[in-house]
Amino acid sequence: MIDSLALAIVAPLLGAVVVTLFPRHAQRLGVAAAVVSAAAALAITAVVWTDGVLRSELGGWGVPLAITLQADGLSAALLGMASLVALSVSVYAGGYFSSPQDGERLADDSRSRHFWPLWLLLWSALNGLFLAGDLFNLYVTLELLGLSAAALGALTGSREAVEANLRYLLVGLLGSLFYLLGVALIYTAYGVLDIGLLAEVIAPGPVAATAMALMFGGLLLKAALFPMHFWLPPAHANAPAPVSAVLSALVVKAAFYLVLRLWLDLYGPITPLGAANLLGLLGAAAVLWGSWRALRAERLKLLAAYSTVAQMGYLFIGFPLIAATAAGPARDNLIAAIVLLALTHGFAKAGFFLAAGMVQKTAGHDRIDNLGGAAQGLPAAAFTIGLAGVALIGLPPSGTFIAKWILLEQSLILGLWWWVLVMMIGTLLAVGYVFRVLSRAFNREPTPYRFVNDARAEIPALLLGALSALVLGLAAQPLWTLLGQGVIG
Amino acid sequence: MISTQLFYGGGGILLLLLGLWSFLVHAPLLRKLIALNVMGAGVFHILVATAYRGLDTPPDPVPHALVLTGIVVAVSATALALAFGQRLDRDDDR
Repeated sequence: MIDSLALAIVAPLLGAVVVTLFPRHAQRLGVAAAVVSAAAALAITAVVWTDGVLRSELGGWGVPLAITLQADGLSAALLGMASLVALSVSVYAGGYFSSPQDGERLADDSRSRHFWPLWLLLWSALNGLFLAGDLFNLYVTLELLGLSAAALGALTGSREAVEANLRYLLVGLLGSLFYLLGVALIYTAYGVLDIGLLAEVIAPGPVAATAMALMFGGLLLKAALFPMHFWLPPAHANAPAPVSAVLSALVVKAAFYLVLRLWLDLYGPITPLGAANLLGLLGAAAVLWGSWRALRAERLKLLAAYSTVAQMGYLFIGFPLIAATAAGPARDNLIAAIVLLALTHGFAKAGFFLAAGMVQKTAGHDRIDNLGGAAQGLPAAAFTIGLAGVALIGLPPSGTFIAKWILLEQSLILGLWWWVLVMMIGTLLAVGYVFRVLSRAFNREPTPYRFVNDARAEIPALLLGALSALVLGLAAQPLWTLLGQGVIG
Repeated sequence: MISTQLFYGGGGILLLLLGLWSFLVHAPLLRKLIALNVMGAGVFHILVATAYRGLDTPPDPVPHALVLTGIVVAVSATALALAFGQRLDRDDDR
């Protein structure tokens, strides 16, 4: 029988090989591979939800030798979000790359040929990262993710895109080397790499502290936490729309997932409060700086990219709160809240970028000040931006609303009022930048246009927006159930 | 010999620091890439040194496997970065 965990990694990888072999049919084969991959990953989420933690050792070798794959509630939650986003992006990309504009047929054709193999490879690395059970496989998947992401980001071939993604690649490599050095240190000290085994033997001390500093340093560089965010806005804003969606919604989230996983499983219990406070402080700076720059951005995609910097900040504000809260329901709620925040942002930002891509393609540019009438011309895209905006701001009933509510409540209970202040200001700035876009979108006389103009591109974006703004908030309870499998409770 | 292990490990740390310094200080792409590879060599040295388990016992194979994988990754990453650099150079020539 084929291992269901391995299948989630192998399906997109095989897809990547197949679309490379048959470049003429890349479009159709790619979408088919996407459907299979998403189904395989969602099946894992469903099984973890009903039956609990899944674990498998490839090739039947024992623990120290085998490559272990593991899916607990946290992996399953992110895996589920990633597959829905990835499936929507795949459907959207099918239309995006095949509808030429300004006689760009040839360029679009080669872009489409290069997009599918890289995208499926990225997906495979992403699933591998969520499922890997030891530190070294995490390193390998992290590198694969970084390489394929940089190559995808430079797909347009424009000078800005290549420059931005070269910088992203170099920064990513530096981050991975730091991470690898941390892994080397851990292996020297404890002789194991399996996270489960490590959790039993790791002890506070200079070795664990240095290893943690190195690994987190590398990962924060990849997660674009302030002030290491400098590479993100140009890289994400200059990529083709479906790629921007993946980079912002999933790739930075993968680095965050790893930080959270290492924190919960290994370092949290042995780390002084100061380290968590530092993470929170950087997160707070990211919220303020990212939101401010988003408010001042002149281009729609740059606005979305800076908003990603800010939203990543909120996730890190969760760490000092988790560290300051004793184990129990309150701490569990905090953990679930930041996971919910990460999931909601994934859906919302992917929807936002896909809609922004539609606007850019139709208008021929994405300068916010000249987007007058976009809402009348592309009602579905504008509505998606509105829905995603609801989630980015944190209005009810979005998932962000519940998550922020829990974070605010716990900050007040702990008496840490400064985090409340930061979240409030960040929310206010988010209202500013979302409404700046929406207010520019309406200024043409009555709306004689159809709501949906290009179903293949607009429906996926719309669904992602609706998921973030409506579904996750109204039905957040399943996430608590899912995280109950090995993470909280 | 324990001093050999120290020599390798210490050499690795030295290479790592030299590479890091060079990566941060020099702007040209080629120098940055060489610096990254020197850093990588430093990390690999450290890993190889940790595999030592005394003269009578064979070395630990796990760090060796890590280094091999690491080298493959480093080569691919360098190739991709060079391809980007070539693209930028070609744009400049036009």
